[in-house]
Amino acid sequence: MVDTTGTATPEAIAQNGEDGVRRRDFINIAAVSFAGVGAATVVLPLVSQMSPSADVLAESSVEVDVGSIEPGQTIKAIFRKQPLFVRRLTPEEMAEADAVDVGGLRDPQTLAERTKEGHADLLITMGVCTHLGCVPLGAADGENRGEFGGYFCPCHGSHYDTAARIRKGPAPTNLEVPDYAFTSDTVVTVG
Amino acid sequence: MSFPWARQYEPTNGLMKFFDEKLPLPRLMYNAIGAGYPVPRNLSYLWNFGVLAGFCLVLQIITGVVLAMHYAPNALVAFGTTEHIMRDVNWGWLMRYGHANGASFFFVVVYLHIFRGFFYSSYKAPREMIWLLGVVIFLLMMATAFMGYVLPWGQMSYWGAKVITGLFGAIPIVGEPIQVWLLGGFAPDNAALNRFFSLHFLLPFVIAGVVILHIWALHIPGSSNPTGVEIKTEADTIPFHPYYTAKDGFGLGVFLILLTIMVFFLPNYLGHPDNYIEANPLSTPAHIVPEWYFWPFYAILRAFTVDFFFIPAKLMGVLAMFAAILVWFFLPWLDKSPVRSGHYRPLFRVFFWILMADLAVLFYLGGAAAEEPFVMFSQLATAYYFLHFLVILPVVSLIEKPKPLPYSITEAVLGADTQAALGTDSPAAK
Repeated sequence: MVDTTGTATPEAIAQNGEDGVRRRDFINIAAVSFAGVGAATVVLPLVSQMSPSADVLAESSVEVDVGSIEPGQTIKAIFRKQPLFVRRLTPEEMAEADAVDVGGLRDPQTLAERTKEGHADLLITMGVCTHLGCVPLGAADGENRGEFGGYFCPCHGSHYDTAARIRKGPAPTNLEVPDYAFTSDTVVTVG
Repeated sequence: MSFPWARQYEPTNGLMKFFDEKLPLPRLMYNAIGAGYPVPRNLSYLWNFGVLAGFCLVLQIITGVVLAMHYAPNALVAFGTTEHIMRDVNWGWLMRYGHANGASFFFVVVYLHIFRGFFYSSYKAPREMIWLLGVVIFLLMMATAFMGYVLPWGQMSYWGAKVITGLFGAIPIVGEPIQVWLLGGFAPDNAALNRFFSLHFLLPFVIAGVVILHIWALHIPGSSNPTGVEIKTEADTIPFHPYYTAKDGFGLGVFLILLTIMVFFLPNYLGHPDNYIEANPLSTPAHIVPEWYFWPFYAILRAFTVDFFFIPAKLMGVLAMFAAILVWFFLPWLDKSPVRSGHYRPLFRVFFWILMADLAVLFYLGGAAAEEPFVMFSQLATAYYFLHFLVILPVVSLIEKPKPLPYSITEAVLGADTQAALGTDSPAAK
């Protein structure tokens, strides 16, 4: 067999003509290329099957009735199988959150940026610590709310303030505010 | 084995002759772990742990396959079927306790096997490939153990899965999509549990495959030994069978006594009571800790509390945790000393024991709460850990003056008694 894959040698030129390439090389390259494309195509479903399935995604939005939440009260809902904190802030808590120098925060955000216009007292966040995903305390009565009166994560000691912003501890960012919209004055659709 | 004096397999009867011609499996076993494998005559009990680790793998596969016959990897029933195994299945409690404690003992013997490698520099040429494959096995074991711990679907299972997959969320930009992809959802649920079960069943067989490569690579240069001096003559060796099958058998007996004490009398000592509470996505246990065998690495993960240049603290912790094991891959090239055994390296030996103490400190801190002064101590211990591998080890190997090595393994065993070592006929004895 003549090597037809490398540079043209004198023998190859003698046998196959000036460029040292045989017509069969085209078939070889085409066949191997198509096999490669086929293998790569099979990888796609194999990777994609790991992503959330249709039924998991179908559960990924939730309606919450926020009308009956009293100031100072927090309710826990479930959004994407994770806790969602819906908190009606008291005027003092809002004043406390607004008094903070935003520039000095690890994840600078004002309370107004974390709530919807006209509903500045309704703070909706994920109940998932941004460090490693534990559920912070502070939603239920009598739980430790940390040094800043918001939430406190017992796993690794992250303290969140009344706007659920990270103030102390290892968490890198504020508690996440999910996408949500008011579908009426008292009903919120999250997700 | 490549030594010319290795005994050759002789089939003794017609059946064995038939096999030897068609499929020489008995010959393979004879040369691998039989009389056909010459082994240094001076191996101590520290050389038992490879065989013990192999035994653990077999034990885990047998008990695991039995457990899989009774367990259902569905978030609705997983916790229930685990309790079903404990209460209703005949001998189910023995299978589960054997499997759970078997995992712990697997890690005990593997850690001792690795530390033996540290002290005797088993990673040095010509045994680098054995070492690299060993680190791969250890990484696979960690992945397998983590996924196995999720399967009972208790509180620790659930929150362990959440925290560990949360580590991937620390990777910039692609981290969160990767986390969702790994879990098949936004939090651990049925999809995650099911795939963890599938992989937990698969990976032990992958480990078995790499173990075969590990042993294959071992048989090319042959076993190392406590002096670190290579085999020179037949007098330095004895056949693996019956000498080391007997010695390993004794070690296995001691190991089984300890394992059965744990299984029968302290089956939950190494577990966490919280894992007997069914997984609850809305409530985190007050004190999340991984299984004990991850504690040193968990301490390294948590040691990073402030941002480091542009790298967020969380990502730093994740990188450091993986780096703590990946640095082992580079050991054969970090340690430049021509002498292998710690017995002949006075300075290296001191730092070896300091490293062991450092790992013990990290182990303790990994199980402790994440508060001061523990966090500060983990930072110091983490710093020393990397200092040891990246600075101390290379420097020591360059400046150290090793003690004189014995001429051969035989001389190390029998002393420089030339008459005993070389026989009465040798010119040196006369």
